[in-house]
Amino acid sequence: MFPSRFEYVAPRSLEEALSTLAGRGDEAKVLAGGQSLIPLLKLRFASPALIVDLNRVPGLSYLEESDGHLRIGALARNRDVVASQTLEAGYPTIAAAAPLVSDPIVRNLGTVAGSLAHADPAGDWGSVMLALGAEVTVRSASGDRTIPVADFLVDTFTTSLEPTEVITEIRVPKPEGSSGGTYLKLERKVGDFATVAVAVQLALDDGRIGRAGIALTAVGPKNIQAIDAERSLAGAEPTPESFQEAARLAADAASPISDVRGSADYKRAVVRTFVQRGLDRALELARAS
Amino acid sequence: MEITVTVNGEKTEADIEPRNLLVHFLREDLRLTGTHVGCDTSHCGACTVLLDGLPVKSCTVLAVQTDGRDVTTVEGLAQNGELHPIQEAFKEEHGLQCGFCTPGMMLTSAALLEQTPDPTEEDIRWALSGNICRCTGYMNIVKAVQWASSKMKAEATDSGS
Repeated sequence: MFPSRFEYVAPRSLEEALSTLAGRGDEAKVLAGGQSLIPLLKLRFASPALIVDLNRVPGLSYLEESDGHLRIGALARNRDVVASQTLEAGYPTIAAAAPLVSDPIVRNLGTVAGSLAHADPAGDWGSVMLALGAEVTVRSASGDRTIPVADFLVDTFTTSLEPTEVITEIRVPKPEGSSGGTYLKLERKVGDFATVAVAVQLALDDGRIGRAGIALTAVGPKNIQAIDAERSLAGAEPTPESFQEAARLAADAASPISDVRGSADYKRAVVRTFVQRGLDRALELARAS
Repeated sequence: MEITVTVNGEKTEADIEPRNLLVHFLREDLRLTGTHVGCDTSHCGACTVLLDGLPVKSCTVLAVQTDGRDVTTVEGLAQNGELHPIQEAFKEEHGLQCGFCTPGMMLTSAALLEQTPDPTEEDIRWALSGNICRCTGYMNIVKAVQWASSKMKAEATDSGS
């Protein structure tokens, strides 16, 4: 398999990339790690006239903490996230998810930002970033804008990114006070799409639950934020009962389809179990922090 | 498009179409057929090569992206007629049955040993989790990587003393 013909440019600066997109964004696709885009090109699900390869643009590979945020540059690879020693303590949900994204070889090239831009409902980062309340900073020739991930992920393979824009970074607010979180993923084998995965983030406020973030992977047309479950937890006591109720509400929020990976009922049951387990783990981490 | 890429230590100039995938460039343009096309959907790892020392699936990289960079294929493992320790190890420990996945397995293993000279069994299985062996000969593949690790450590000690 090989892609249909396209023109290829590898700009040396972001300005150059943005000016190209300003003129020809409608017929272009931006290439970062390529681990989702290149398969799409090969299967001819996408046939853009122009590929704008960002990989020669310097200064986009960072993964750093500043002004109360973890900032993930557009070219930070999954490999970099796995290797980062600083995430375990402050961002356990990210640290738990990174080694579960695809397989080690794909992680050498695939990027966090590219995964979000691809907006596959089975993508792991969409759920993680929803649970963490992250934002996506995008840039076009006419300026920057910052979009909450919940607004960025519109539908299956559809984001609110304009054809003239590129993602420059993901901004994850540093969880405050006593907090914890995790990512649980069921997959048939390494590298397969998730059967079901769940991201959970919990902050404690004086013994009660402050902010709770719960999001679901591969059980709907996009990564699903389990808003009712989150609301049921906010201000509640972290008890087995409140966690069970949140797990039930999260399972209700899922709309899985039956396929080769499992029946819809089975997947919904996995959501329920994973949310409960995830909350238990998040609480354990929050109390230890 | 004209590119200059260093393949197995040799600078190579080529004029290729942007849609040409790295695996096809290696196999068809350079006739380096040791890199295999398996699933062609970036799942199986048979087409794994090293790009600037890191394993990548060459069916999911555009050849134009390698302009100015270093690519190592299985043909580049042996040096001066001597097998690379990982090649010797696959032979010694019978780390292959049909051999189709072997080039990818060896390149991923070589990159692992470069970074982690003394890997645990779990490190090895984890590193190779993106390479599929459909003969399911994983046991001997893991043994082979352990064999190569010992051999490389012994060689490093010898040359260091």
